[in-house]
Amino acid sequence: MNVVRSVVRHRLFWPIVALVVLVVASTLKSPTFLDITVRDGHLFGGPVDILRRSSVLLLVALGMTLVIATRGIDLSVGAVMAIAGAVALTQIAASPDPGSLATVSAAIGTALVIALLIGLFNGFLVAVVGIQPIIATLVLMTAGRGIAMLITGGNITTVTSQPYKTLASGYWLSLPVAAIIAGVVFAATALVTRRTALGVLIESVGINPSASRLAGVRARTIIWTVYVVCALFACLAGFIRSADTMAADANNIGLFIELDAILAVVIGGTSLAGGKFSLTGTLVGTLVITTLTLSITILGIPANAVSLFKALVVIAVCLLQSPVVQHRMRARRRRTAPVPVEVPA
Amino acid sequence: MTDTQTATSTATLDEPRPVVTMTGISIGFPGVKALDGVDFRLFPGEVHALMGENGAGKSTLIKALTGVYQVDAGTVLVDETPVTFTGPAQAQAAGISTVYQEVNLCDNLSVAENIMLGHEVRRFGVVDWPATRREARTHLATLNLDIDPRSQLSSHSLAVQQLVAISRAMVVDARVLILDEPTSSLDADEVARLFDVVRALRDRGVAILFVSHFLEQVYALSDRMTVLRNGTLVGEYRTADLPRVELVQKMIGRSLEVLERLEEAPKPVVAAREDTRPYLQAIGLGRKGSIEPFDLDVYAGEVVGLAGLLGSGRTELARLLYGADHADRGELRVEDRPARLRTPRAALARKIVYSSESRKTEGIIADLTVRENIVLGIQAQRGWVRRVPRKKADEVVDRYVEALGIRPANPDALAGNLSGGNQQKVLLARWLATQPKLLLLDEPTRGIDVGAKAEIQRLVADLASQGMAVVFISAELEEVLRLSHRIAVLRDRRKVAELVNTDDVTTDDVVDLIASAGTADDPSGPPPPDEVQDVQLFGKEDRA
Repeated sequence: MNVVRSVVRHRLFWPIVALVVLVVASTLKSPTFLDITVRDGHLFGGPVDILRRSSVLLLVALGMTLVIATRGIDLSVGAVMAIAGAVALTQIAASPDPGSLATVSAAIGTALVIALLIGLFNGFLVAVVGIQPIIATLVLMTAGRGIAMLITGGNITTVTSQPYKTLASGYWLSLPVAAIIAGVVFAATALVTRRTALGVLIESVGINPSASRLAGVRARTIIWTVYVVCALFACLAGFIRSADTMAADANNIGLFIELDAILAVVIGGTSLAGGKFSLTGTLVGTLVITTLTLSITILGIPANAVSLFKALVVIAVCLLQSPVVQHRMRARRRRTAPVPVEVPA
Repeated sequence: MTDTQTATSTATLDEPRPVVTMTGISIGFPGVKALDGVDFRLFPGEVHALMGENGAGKSTLIKALTGVYQVDAGTVLVDETPVTFTGPAQAQAAGISTVYQEVNLCDNLSVAENIMLGHEVRRFGVVDWPATRREARTHLATLNLDIDPRSQLSSHSLAVQQLVAISRAMVVDARVLILDEPTSSLDADEVARLFDVVRALRDRGVAILFVSHFLEQVYALSDRMTVLRNGTLVGEYRTADLPRVELVQKMIGRSLEVLERLEEAPKPVVAAREDTRPYLQAIGLGRKGSIEPFDLDVYAGEVVGLAGLLGSGRTELARLLYGADHADRGELRVEDRPARLRTPRAALARKIVYSSESRKTEGIIADLTVRENIVLGIQAQRGWVRRVPRKKADEVVDRYVEALGIRPANPDALAGNLSGGNQQKVLLARWLATQPKLLLLDEPTRGIDVGAKAEIQRLVADLASQGMAVVFISAELEEVLRLSHRIAVLRDRRKVAELVNTDDVTTDDVVDLIASAGTADDPSGPPPPDEVQDVQLFGKEDRA
């Protein structure tokens, strides 16, 4: 009984239930959904597809988790993705040998440096100048796509480069490269935040910045760092997304992904008020959102109703997680339970 | 449990029906059993003091009554009707108003908005601001408080904010007024003024629940008291029937030996230190708009008390020594070397630590565990890469939880769930764990009960005798006098005097110093700096 209660009360219980429900519904509708087949030594099938498609969102959401844990928010991640794709693909297109590994590495390097600068800029506005994160990152959310447009010269640059394309559609050890990248970044982030003191210091800054500063924590440096990390992760996500189409589409790469990322973080149980964060929660949140998108097609929900359906599922999960609702439900259960009769004095 | 029996027998005396009856109240938090089967009654027209040490469950009981917390077991009756409040708003609608220990108001709203929030005067569905402000002014007038209702709340001192909070509680025609440590940041005049208001309300038939750590105030004001210890009920007594010593014994549940030893202990003796240099030396250190330039030496093994009224610059002085604020003039020397403390980190690196007076906003990290809070200081110094190994963390935490008597002794409890006094101990543990050489303590005993206060005082004395330099700030002069080797007196953001705390120095002397400095504050304006030097009764020359 106690085990059941602690499982139900776990903050990831409802997101995982949602995930299972979506998978089951999809499997009922399309019985081959869960099948995994091996073709040319590569794995294919629903679960693999979910993993591959999750990678972009997971990368963005991981960075977002750290930013949100410090009481911040980064709206510029989508724009950073667009810039990353634009920089990398433009540089590859301009090089004499687009197909060589050296060219691709150099292009990726350039884009990462630019993402680093963007992260530094965001972090500077928030940590040093003290602008509210939502406003500070709004700057690049809007300006960023303009910058990406300038880089591509307003064209949608299409490129052929096998090594770059591998990022999105390649396989390694029979697993999608994109999923491997996201998995490695996830593991590394988890390791660095939980094996060192970084995680607890980020939480401490998020819960109470002034107390943390007085405790000797480098609050400013930590806040600055998470924005840099977030931009770098968004840059990686930009590579994968642009490698998918091999087109530097400044207007559409990563469009509205900041909203999905924030959603994934919230579903994962990290509060927007900052403080305690859960990377595993973000992983689950990401899987829920990706599976949701995927199952919409499988369940044959009309295209017009997609946004509505998505909203309904998200609201349901968030409601079930909300302390107020949980409290009410518990109170209701208690009220219906038999009350010991009181002896009048 | 003989206490409870006496309690029941006193309760059978014929009295009006209680306005509030709480029976068998139990509340638990993760890792903490805050209340266990506590009974409590409150009668109209009486001041009822709720007594107990930190963590005894006083605040929790109040929050159970006002619907902030839901009870796990037990019943609450208001006017003999069972109620379940799900929030303070419902309790207020039932006529139960609360003023909490820490001011719970909106800093960035005006005084009038704070007082009238939710009770604005409306006309044709819109708020009539002039009328609202007028009404706010009348409520302020009941407290003899003459401040502009349009001024922003944060522009006032903590004491005034506390009075505003009380005015706010009186806006609804409360039948029950709960005052949780209302006096901890008020000076004597303000306390007297508050008490007049409280007595007037009591005579009108309002039931007043009063929580305070100042025994004198409890005896001066209350008619009846309920004593809690460790979340359980000790008993209910008439104030007149319960001598002070017995009350304290009931509260702490152990002999008064510790307390008495401390009371009787002779004043600390200033050790001879002709050859030692001060650990910290401030020369003309100051910050515009914060504190006028001051000189201060702090030697190892010495407690320097800072005395002065609220807002006299005590905190500001300490913050400069810690690098929490930047000095814009003067020089700071640590161990005879110039030190520019631009951040708290820099101060920490020089083994200087500062425990802030507002432990909620600048002290503990509420959502982290006791363990994480204690280790935070060491961790911050090590940087993020080298995490304090779990084994070492446990070792440190166990040592300080034991040494300071942190309750509950559960390192995994969230610091925010602890009582004020225990949070203070957690903070002290955090700083002591960094093995500082200079400890800046800003009001470490505010809002703390007798037992914990004595423990913290003893700790300060012990630390100093072991060679630590301590700067001790407290609004209670007795405490400053009991602990300090030297006392610096502040007034109006200026250090006005410094005296060696010899045996014949009394609180009256210090009060005189604070007050006499005030006479220079007449229409002629603040005294010129050289005049301030004259006020130094016992200058550095005397000490040498």
